[in-house]
Amino acid sequence: MRICVTSKGTDPQDPVEERFGRSPYFLIIDQKTGDWTAVTNPVAAEVGGVGPRAAQLLVDNGVSVVITGNVGGNARTALESAGIDVFLIRESVTAASAYERYQKGSLQPLY
Amino acid sequence: MEIAVASGKGGTGKSFVAANIGYAISRERETVLVDCDVEEPNLHLFFPGIPSSVPVTTRLPVIDEDSCTLCGKCASFCRYGALTVTQSGVLFLKDLCHSCGGCEIVCPSGAISEEESVIGRVDTLRIPPHLTLISGILNVGEIKSPTVIKAAREAASGSPLVIYDAAPGVTCPVVETLSGCDVCILVTEPTPFGLHDLDLAVQLAALLGVPSGVVVNRSTPGADEALRFCERHELPVLLDIPFDREIARIHNRGGLLSQVDTAWADTFRDLFYRAEALSEGGL
Ligand code: SF4
Ligand code: SF4
Repeated sequence: MRICVTSKGTDPQDPVEERFGRSPYFLIIDQKTGDWTAVTNPVAAEVGGVGPRAAQLLVDNGVSVVITGNVGGNARTALESAGIDVFLIRESVTAASAYERYQKGSLQPLY
Repeated sequence: MEIAVASGKGGTGKSFVAANIGYAISRERETVLVDCDVEEPNLHLFFPGIPSSVPVTTRLPVIDEDSCTLCGKCASFCRYGALTVTQSGVLFLKDLCHSCGGCEIVCPSGAISEEESVIGRVDTLRIPPHLTLISGILNVGEIKSPTVIKAAREAASGSPLVIYDAAPGVTCPVVETLSGCDVCILVTEPTPFGLHDLDLAVQLAALLGVPSGVVVNRSTPGADEALRFCERHELPVLLDIPFDREIARIHNRGGLLSQVDTAWADTFRDLFYRAEALSEGGL
């Protein structure tokens, strides 16, 4: 499985970004290898439709779970119909520790 | 000549002013009154009658699942995020679509076609002898106000005198209404509460290059914040309408002040002439 954490930076020690569509980076963890890859979000600063467009990016990257702070209505519809699960992290922690909490099962699923 | 009647916020009596000025000046010349508050049009309440209707449509893409190969080209083209291609199909979010038609062009499989979708209508009512009321009406659940406003403006185009009743506030639909107008009448209450919104509306009109003047509605002696605001911003006060129980009574039972009272009709006609002078730089 490929898990994504929205992040303010490219490193697992960078803080989680709470806004899904506006997240500057998507850190993608390949659970098979344990590798972390940073994908730049090309639509982070665009005017409209950023949520669904970011969702498309995750679909294209084969992501099945995303960990983030907040998801807008349109992004939620797109993620849900793409079969991507969303887990919400409410505190500002590092991406690595958000992922850890997800693994422990202590994050709230959005749907 | 195109006049917009606008306000920073709702409930200031903007439609009351638009309806009265329209009626008053139509005693002298051919006048078209256009209700551009398409989410909540209300000018028709002053002018009973059965209008003729024309639907307003936009074009929306329709995706044929059988010919779609899920290649993703349409979604990567759409700048508005209206299309998402997943393993199981294409998701279309209607409210994000700007009807640009691009996805149909980029689809390599010919899976996308366009369909007309009705989002509202434009009603036209002749009120003899010289008034025409055009109302833009957006269907409930639709969001493309500017498209309906454009259609209403088009229905009025070519007329020598058009008065627009804009939506309240400072939003996209108001920009659509104000653009290209010769003058803007801003309706405000005398209280300090609406002044911030009035300020925004003044700035918007200035940005669009439309000269504006103010009508203070329901003013009471002593409450002169709006007047002082106008003085500070060098905004001409075109009319000061006092708070009056009789006016409120006529208005509340759906009556039109200018129709009931010729003295008021003359006052609103003069308001028109002041606005016209303002548009020509003469105030
Ligand atoms: S018509 Fe334009 S805005 Fe609408 S979905 Fe297609 S590409 Fe996007
Ligand atoms: S471009 Fe055409 S074929 Fe490709 S995903 Fe979109 S609708 Fe399907």
